[in-house]
Amino acid sequence: MLQYAYYPGCSLEHTASPYDKSIRAVFKTLGVGLHEIEDWNCCGATMYMSVKKIVGYAISARNLALAQNMGMQICAPCSSCYTILRKTNRHIAWDPKERAKINEALKAADLSYDTSVEVRHPLDILTNDIGLEDIKKRLKCRLSGIRVAPYYGCQIIRPHGYFDDVDEPVKMDQLLAALGAEVVPYPCKVRCCGGMLMTTQEDVALNLNMKLLQAAADNNADMIATACPLCQMNLEAYQDKINKAFGTHFRMPIVYFSHLLGTALGIPAKELGIDQLLIAPDKLNTETKRVAV
Amino acid sequence: MKGKIESLPKKEADLRAAFWEQVGSFPEGFKIKRCLQCGTCSGTCPVSYAMDITPRQVIALFRAGHIEDILESRTIWLCASCYSCTVRCPAGIRVTDTLYALKRIAMEKNIYPGRFPVHALSRSFVKNIYRYGRNYELGLGVRYFMLTNFVKLFSNARFGLAMVRRGRMGVIPRKLKRINDLRAIIRKANEFGEG
Repeated sequence: MLQYAYYPGCSLEHTASPYDKSIRAVFKTLGVGLHEIEDWNCCGATMYMSVKKIVGYAISARNLALAQNMGMQICAPCSSCYTILRKTNRHIAWDPKERAKINEALKAADLSYDTSVEVRHPLDILTNDIGLEDIKKRLKCRLSGIRVAPYYGCQIIRPHGYFDDVDEPVKMDQLLAALGAEVVPYPCKVRCCGGMLMTTQEDVALNLNMKLLQAAADNNADMIATACPLCQMNLEAYQDKINKAFGTHFRMPIVYFSHLLGTALGIPAKELGIDQLLIAPDKLNTETKRVAV
Repeated sequence: MKGKIESLPKKEADLRAAFWEQVGSFPEGFKIKRCLQCGTCSGTCPVSYAMDITPRQVIALFRAGHIEDILESRTIWLCASCYSCTVRCPAGIRVTDTLYALKRIAMEKNIYPGRFPVHALSRSFVKNIYRYGRNYELGLGVRYFMLTNFVKLFSNARFGLAMVRRGRMGVIPRKLKRINDLRAIIRKANEFGEG
């Protein structure tokens, strides 16, 4: 049985709680073990980088050290956490002097770390470790007739593209197609949603998100599927503001890819946290009942 | 090279020294020397249209000895960390990491663009982590808008309420059980001084 150390990250505790619920439910249904890292801390996000780099890496490394003690690879669904944890590994491997400093800091909490913990994204685990053929065998219904725009955002593929192409990623497309969904062409699949700019420079972020919604609407998508807490929140929670600012009339549901997978696996919407979305993906709730496998 | 540095005003020479130290502290940081000024970074950047100086100009200004102008611009604080420039740069320059390096110098030297207090968010964030160990989103948002834009605190209240109602906004911060472990790590790492 596949086993992973689970690093939810801060967003999945609150704003992205539907992502957390659906990932846990999907992995359980697929018979894959997710073991939450006990007492994990914030990865530091990009913001710690802009204040003190070495402290940022040290707090990120505490999580890696805790996972190392569990003897497992990490599964990190949040794009930002995924990038930061991988970046920490890369940094520690690159510079032995920094590695020594970070280990000295970790020693203050009786921990040590030697860069051996691989950090994985659920999309990577689902498509490469579990495999689409295995997933297909377990489907309870097909998502036929549901048109989905696959939105990858930035940080699960950039800067290094560990499990997918940096310009034209396809893993989510392949997963959604395996569920029977109709994956629409989505030219904005790797464009930025602005991330934290929604807080600090709202006009710029609203403009970026308007374009993402417009591209999905132009391709007649019923919904956008995301893999990142910040993308999901920006696109969903600020749609009213976008409509007001640009005179548009979007009402585009923004789901996590794990909502679509979970639905196809027959997991009830409530267990997937779909009821916590601000814009209900009605088509997902109604159409899928009719097309059992 | 050394002669050139001495001919710069003292403040600029200090900033330049800090810059070289910072770009030496991440993998491939030195590649900044290879910039062709092709502008691919600015062209691929989704927010360059809103910047007062573009990413390409950042490198040009650094070469021309105007780091202070870079730190006074909004550019480094507008970067959303999408890494498009890093992926596309034909010279392999880590543009995003270079902007982080500049942010750290700005924080250390207290040089910021006027009326654009984005760095306040980073400071609030760091305090939050020391206190709780995890990012307390509601607290961070409220604190940031109280410091910067009081009106926004109210215009965003509806959104906050909708999230609370759906169980997506924690009203009470969760603290680590072993918060003292994390604080010990932070204190020790802070002793290492440099950025």
